[in-house]
Amino acid sequence: MAQQAIQKPKAPVSSKIRFTVIFLILLALYVIAYRGTDFALGDLISGLPRIGTMLSQLWPPDFNYFVDILTPMLQTLQIAILGTTFGALFAIPFILLASRNVFQSRWVTGIARMVLNFVRTIPDMLLAGLFVAVVGIGPLAGMLAMVVFSFGIITKLAYESVEAIDPGPLEAMTAVGANKWQFISFAVVPQALPSFVAYILYTFEICVRASAILGLVGAGGIGMHLQIALDTFQYQHVASIILFTLVVVILIDTLSTYVREKLL
Amino acid sequence: MIEFNNVTKVYPNGVVGLDNINLKINPGEFVIIVGLSGAGKSTLLRSINRLHEISSGEIIIDGKSITKAKGADLRRIRRDIGMIFQNFNLVKRVSVIKNVLSGRVGYHSTLRTILGLWPKRDVELALDALARVNIPDKAYIRADQLSGGQQQRVSIARALAQEAKLILADEPVASLDPLTTRQVMDDLQRINQELGITTIVNLHFLDLAREYGTRIIGLRAGKLVFDGPVEEATDDVFSEIYGRQIRKDELLGNVEA
Repeated sequence: MAQQAIQKPKAPVSSKIRFTVIFLILLALYVIAYRGTDFALGDLISGLPRIGTMLSQLWPPDFNYFVDILTPMLQTLQIAILGTTFGALFAIPFILLASRNVFQSRWVTGIARMVLNFVRTIPDMLLAGLFVAVVGIGPLAGMLAMVVFSFGIITKLAYESVEAIDPGPLEAMTAVGANKWQFISFAVVPQALPSFVAYILYTFEICVRASAILGLVGAGGIGMHLQIALDTFQYQHVASIILFTLVVVILIDTLSTYVREKLL
Repeated sequence: MIEFNNVTKVYPNGVVGLDNINLKINPGEFVIIVGLSGAGKSTLLRSINRLHEISSGEIIIDGKSITKAKGADLRRIRRDIGMIFQNFNLVKRVSVIKNVLSGRVGYHSTLRTILGLWPKRDVELALDALARVNIPDKAYIRADQLSGGQQQRVSIARALAQEAKLILADEPVASLDPLTTRQVMDDLQRINQELGITTIVNLHFLDLAREYGTRIIGLRAGKLVFDGPVEEATDDVFSEIYGRQIRKDELLGNVEA
C-alpha cells in the first residue's frame, strides 16, 4: 500500500495526443489564413516608407476645416443618440421575453433569443448598406442602422443582467399574488434599471464610433466627409477628421464611464 | 382553515420531499414546524401558497383548492397569504414603504399599482403596519439602509399591509442574531395574538419552538412524525423527530431582549 502511494501518477497518453491534434489543427488554420490573405513580409517592409510619407502629408491638420466638419460631426452624434434611444426602447420587451427568470416558458425565451441572435449576426456596415438601399443615401439610413445595431447589443447585455438579479423579491411578488406586469414592475425593474441605463450609455459609446464611419456607405455623418477627403487625397482634411473624431469619442467615453460608475 | 389531503411531493431527482401528509390547521393557530434540514419543512410551507408544486394530493385553504387554482384565482388565494423569508426578499434599492405597499398589488388594477397611485387607505395601512413592527420612522428610507432585523420587520409589515389571513414564515430568524431573533419572534407572536392571523413558522431552534408555538409539527424524511400541542413536545419527542439527541446548537439559549 505504502509503495503504491509513493508511485508518481503518469500523465495519461490521451491528453498528449489531444494536445498534438489541437496544435496541428491550429497550425493548419494559420497556414491557410497566411496564404489566403496574400501575406508577404517583404511588401510590409517595402511599404513602410509610404506610411512615413502619408503621415507627413497628414501633418499639420487643417484646423480651419474643423468649422466645416462641425455640422457632419453633430449629425454623427445625432445619429448615435436617436439610434441608441430607439434601440433601447425596442429592446425593453425583448429583454424581458428573453429572461428565464421573468418568463418560465422555454418557448417564449427560446424564440426571443433566436430573434436576438439573428439580429446580432448582421454587421453594422451591412445594416447601413441595407438601409441606404431602402430609404436612400443620408443620415436617416444611418440612424435606422444604429437602431438595429444598438438593439442587438443592449438586449444581449441587459437580459443577462436581468437573469442575474436577486431572485428573492421575484419570489416575494409571486407570493403576494402579483400578476406578470406587477411582478415585472415591482421586482424586476427596480433591480435591473441601473445596469440597463449603464448598458445604454455603453452602447451609445459604441454607436458614436460606429456612426463615425457609416458615411463610407452613404449613411450620413462625418464618415461621408472622410470618404471624400480620402478619395481626393486631401490628407490634411483626413487628419482633421480623425483628430476631431478622436476628441469627441474620448470626451463621450469619459463622461459616459463616469456616469456609469455612479450608477452601479 | 388549511387542509392537507394525502399530499406527496417527489422531486424530479426522485427524492421524496413530502410523504402522504394529512393535516388540518385551524384559524388563529401559531404552528411551528420542526425537523432536520432536508426533512421537508420548507417544502411543506411553500406548498401551501404553491411556491412549490406538489406531486399528488390536494391542499385546501378556506374551502378553496389552491392545488387546482389557476391564473387570477390562484393570485386571489395568494393575496390572502403573507410570506416571510429567511433572506427578507425586499427590493433593497427601493424605499421601505414601497416594499410594504408591494403587498397591496393584489387589491388594485395593474395600471394603478404600476404607476404607484396608491389610495390613501393603502398608504395608511402600510404606515400602520410599520408602526406595528416598531419601525414607523423608517418608511421613507431605502431598504438596504436597515439592519437585518429591521429588514425582516419590513417584510412582516408587508404581510400585514397585505391584510393576510395566514402568514407563512420560512426560517424567519435563521439569518439574524439571537437578540433580533427574539424581537422578530415577538412581533410574529403579537400579530398572531392581537390580529388572530394564523401563523405557520419553520424553525430549527427547538427552545424557540416551545416558547412561541401553540402547536408543534415534526417532520422526518418527508413524513409527519409528530403533531400536537406544545405541552406534549417533550425532549424525548424532539429526539424522536430528529432521530438522535438534541444538540446545543439546536437551542438558541437565553438572551435578554
